[in-house]
This record gives sequence, structure tokens and C-alpha cells, in this order.
Amino acid sequence: MKNKTIKVDYLARVEGEGGLYVKVKNGVVTDAKFNIFEPPRFFEAFLQGRRFTEAPDITARICGICPVAYQMSSTHAMEQICGVKVDGQLRELRRLLYCGEWIESHVLHIYMLHLPDFLGYEDSIAMAKDHPDAVKKALKLKKIGNDIMIVLGGREIHPINVRVGGFYKVPAKKDLQALIDPLKWALDASVETVELVSTLSFPDLERDYEFVSLQHPDEYPLCEGNIVSSKGFDVEPIDYLKHVEEIHVEHSTSLQGKVIERDDYLTGPMARYHHNYNRLPKIARDTAKKAGLDKTCKNPFKSIIVRAVETVFACHEALRIIKNYEPPDEPYIEVTPKAGIGHGASEAPRGLLYHRYEIDDSGIIKKARIIPPTSQNQKAVEKDLKQFVEQNLDMPNDELTWKCEQTVRNYDPCISCSCHFLKLRIDRE
Amino acid sequence: MAKTQKPTLAVWKFASCDGCQLSLLDCEDELLAVAGAIQIANFPEASRAVMKGPYDISLVEGSITTPHDAERIHKIRRQSKLLITIGACATAGGIQALRNFADVKEYIAAVYPSPQYIETLGKSTPIADHVFVDFELRGCPINKYQLLEIVNALLNNRKPNTPTYSVCMECKRRGNVCVMVAHGTPCLGPVTQAGCNALCPSFNRGCFGCFGPKEITNTSALGDWFKQTGMADDDIVRTFRGFNAFAEPFRRESEAHEK
Ligand code: SF4
Repeated sequence: MKNKTIKVDYLARVEGEGGLYVKVKNGVVTDAKFNIFEPPRFFEAFLQGRRFTEAPDITARICGICPVAYQMSSTHAMEQICGVKVDGQLRELRRLLYCGEWIESHVLHIYMLHLPDFLGYEDSIAMAKDHPDAVKKALKLKKIGNDIMIVLGGREIHPINVRVGGFYKVPAKKDLQALIDPLKWALDASVETVELVSTLSFPDLERDYEFVSLQHPDEYPLCEGNIVSSKGFDVEPIDYLKHVEEIHVEHSTSLQGKVIERDDYLTGPMARYHHNYNRLPKIARDTAKKAGLDKTCKNPFKSIIVRAVETVFACHEALRIIKNYEPPDEPYIEVTPKAGIGHGASEAPRGLLYHRYEIDDSGIIKKARIIPPTSQNQKAVEKDLKQFVEQNLDMPNDELTWKCEQTVRNYDPCISCSCHFLKLRIDRE
Repeated sequence: MAKTQKPTLAVWKFASCDGCQLSLLDCEDELLAVAGAIQIANFPEASRAVMKGPYDISLVEGSITTPHDAERIHKIRRQSKLLITIGACATAGGIQALRNFADVKEYIAAVYPSPQYIETLGKSTPIADHVFVDFELRGCPINKYQLLEIVNALLNNRKPNTPTYSVCMECKRRGNVCVMVAHGTPCLGPVTQAGCNALCPSFNRGCFGCFGPKEITNTSALGDWFKQTGMADDDIVRTFRGFNAFAEPFRRESEAHEK
């Protein structure tokens, strides 16, 4: 079959509404689209005129899967404008909250959204019939991530405890210590997860990606660091927009990111891992090594292993923070608004989330710009699809369609973020 | 049709953040039991398997913001024995209903460089503005235990037990010190429906109305109170204009303070 069309109108097991369309003519892919038709919600527009202190709660509603990412990028941007630096235990607590989100989101994706593809199940509930222990372990692990969010943030979806300058209330020592035993179990369970997913069989696909992520001199990055590219730039968030741009294409209600001087790029676990391998705790590096993962991973299907390694990191980091925790005197630093422009970049589970705000001296937002991970990855997804279909033209249509869906799911796309759902069509003419 | 067949459940998404449907997957301890009692027939966020309707229960997340969605919701209603809306987006239009107070064309231009590709309605509206809704579950996000309660009640033919009193009641019951009385922190607790167990006051902050207006509210008394504490009208407008901005009592109150 030299000509074919592959299409999936409404892609499942992703967050949001999107689809997929690939067209093959004479053995060549002439079109590969990752459509996003999530209705736009215009956050950047209605943030104008709101108080700078409202940004964390409002932008959290862009995405129910990674609200902490929105809260972190926005608070950091506002604090930068107002000349405030949150440090010490408050900074550690922010990292802890983020670890909770990483564990919850990564485990959800690994076991419930991605693993069923590798094992040939429609969903994790069907998978649970044959692999009850794995699914039960996943649910328990995921719940520990959520428990961190509940203790520190008040609830797992749209936590209410984050504010510009810190928190509304900091936890008592004993509240966090109650998480130590569960987290010790979680650390073991996440190491076993790496072992489990490394035994899967991975379709052959490698691309020479431009990896873009935060890089921090001495820690695996969550909220701070420079934004670095494996093919060029290394800049503070303030200069990020000198290197990337967003393009509005017709098949998407999300804007597509692109490196100005080159083309598509990849953010997310594979990029973070590439740029920060040396800052992973030893246990994560050792586990990766045992799983046969190099310091760089270029096969997007193997992102599931990288995600599992990052889960090991998140459990380890959460334990470290809790063990050293001493409640700070004040739950937050008072922040007085100042007119100016600020930038915040943090690592959502699925990739770099960039915020830019302009506020006036009474703290009213004049302009907001948000670049979520999935819109940045959209072009890379389309290139993966193109290459994957070209390499597998003889695959039966059903299987190819499913594999194409999996290719999109490799990115743990969050279409609610990018604007927001996914849909697949493959055209073989 | 076999009598022993499990009731079927479908989950639908409109303009939203996915947070409310995620609540179902966040029921880690109950998920497998739920999946044992009901047939998850259509839930794209969790499964690629799709069973044809009709469905016994449809959970609808999100608000109506496009012409296409305004039609889609009618198709879903026709296929659903019971239709339950979940979350502030579906029950009140959500945070995206802030557009209802502005000129949507300016909004599109503020976000998208090529506005001609964007098809959208001028208003973000709740599901009940379009079709009959059997039950509304409030919250941004919903409380997952309330969701389980509803599904459980419906499966057992009883009325769901979800309170319609205010957040203040929950707050008193938790033994919190009132953040308004003690610290002068503006709080929507008196006019907001319970459901979160007075989460924000328990964290020393004022309620910001995730669960929307309670049944009978005196928003103007609260608005006056805010004013007496020296709050500017602009800020009162913003306080009532959150995730449930377009719910009638909140909308009325925010408009009353707009110059
Ligand atoms: S109500 Fe809130 S949590 Fe639920 S979908 Fe809408 S924005 Fe998300």
C-alpha cells in the first residue's frame, strides 16, 4: 500500500481534545498533523485587569493535571517583577509540592495512559484484569504524590495554598513526617517501575532532537535555572523569547512553538534528563543505568523509562526535603507590587512552562503571555509521526493507527494546556 | 437485554481544564471498585475503547463556547438517561465566562495572531442553558467524594446527599476561627455553597468561591460588608468574578460594583 490516510478524530488517553492526521502518497508522507481543536479559553486576555496575586489561582485552571506548574511559573514571574526572592525552607516546600505533582502526573501517564499501549490494552482497567498487582501499585504510588499535594496544597487538583511570596500556611513538622514511610515505599516502587518499563519492547524511532529545558547548576530543575538548548542557546528566562516563537496554524487552536533560527524542538522528560543527568541523585542514575538507559535518550517511545527515572528522583527529593524540614517563621514574604515585566519558567511534568507578565505599580496585570509545553512540542510530535509512518508503511492500518496514537502519547500531551485535546487521522491516498 | 448488565457511564468534555474528570482517576482507592460496578463505556481521557450509546449516566465537564459544541451537547443529551454536570465550567460557564463581560473579538486578538482561524461564541455558558440537566455537581474542581456519592446514589435509586448550605457551616464545624472577623480577610464563605470542607479558611485564606453561590444568598449584604472594610469597588468586582463569575447572584453583585 503506497497511498494511505491514517486518521484518529478524537485521541484517547490524553488530556484535552485533539486528533491526528497523516497522509501518505507514493510511499511518502505528505502531511502529518497533530490537530488541536480544544476550544480556546483566552486566559491571556482575561488576565488583563486582574491583580498580580490572582495569577496563581487563575492560571492553575488552565490545566487540572499540572496546576502546580502554573502556580510556580506565575509566582516566580511576579516575584521577579517585585524584586522578591523566596529562599530557604519556603523554596524547599515549593519543590516538595512540585514533586507531588510530578509523582502523581508521571505515574498517571506511565501506568494508566501509556503502558496500556505497550501491552496492547485499551485502558488500564482492562489491563488491571491481567496485571492487578501492577495497577494496584500504580494507584498507591500515584496516591502518595496526591497526598503530598493534599498536605501541602490543601487538595490534589488546584491546590489553594500557593501565593505570591510563599504559602498561606506552612505545614507542621509532624504533618510532613507522616509522609516519610509512604515515600520510602514509593521510592522502592518507582525503582521497580523503571525495571518494569525497561523490559517493554520499543518501536524503532530515533530523531536528532533539539532538547530544550531548564538547567540548574546543582539540582535537578523544577522552578529555577537557565533555559538551555542542546543545539545552541543557554539563556535566562528573560531572553527565552529571543530564541523561540509561536506560530498560529489553521489546524490548531494551540500556537506551535519553534526555535527561531532552526525548527522544531522537544521539551519534557527527555530534554530535562539530557541536560541534567549529572544532577540526578545516585539512586536515579544507577537505576537508569541498570535499565540500560544512556545519558541521552533519543527514542521518544522510551520516554516512559525517563519518566519513571524522574519519578525515582521526585520520591527521593521529597524524602530529602521532608527529612530536613524546619517550619519557617513566616509562611510567606510580603510582596509589594512594582511596575515592570517578569518571567517565570518551571518544569511541568510534560515540559517547560513559560510565563511572562507585565504589571503596573498597583499590581494590575497589563499583559500576560503563557507558553505551555504541549504547544512547544506540537511540531516535534508531527515530525515523529511523519518519520514513524515512513518507516512503517507496511504495517496494517489498525496497528499503524494505534502506533501513531502512541507516538502522540509519548509526549504526555496536555491539550488542555496547549489550549487544549487531540484527534488522529491517517490518510493513505 | 440481559438484566444483569452493568449500568454504563460516559464522560464528556467541553471547554475545561480536565480537572473535574481527573477527579474520577484520582479516586485511587475506589477506582477499581467503581469499574467493577459500572461499565465505563466512553471516557476518552482514560480509554481508547468506545461503546455506542445510549448511556445510563453521562458526566459532562466544561462549558459551551463554540457553535459546534452547542450542537454536540444535544446529541449527548439524547444518548443519556441521566446527565450530570460536573464542575464550575459546566454548571456556571467557568473562569472562561469572564469573556461574557468583555468583547470577545478583542480577546481573540490578544491571544491568537491569526484570529480568522478561531471559531468561538461570544459567551461561555453552562450546560443547563442548552439542555435539561438531571443533577449539577459544583466545584472548581468538584469534590471527588461528592462524585462517588452521586454515582452511588444514582445506582441505588436514592437522592444524592450533597449539602446546599454555605461554606460558613463547614467552617464552624471544623472549629476554624473566622478569617473575616479575626483578620479582616475578605471571604466568600457566607455566600458560597459547601463542598470543600471550608478548605481555604482552614489554610488562613478567604474562600474564593469555587463551589459557586449557595441556594439563597445575600450577596449584596456581603458586598456592603466588603465595602465597609475599605475594599475598593474594583476589588469587589474581581472577588465575585472568579470561577463562578456568570452564576446569577455573583454576576449581579459584581455588576453592582462596576462603575
Ligand atoms: S470547573 Fe475548574 S476544575 Fe473543573 S474543569 Fe472547570 S476549570 Fe477545571
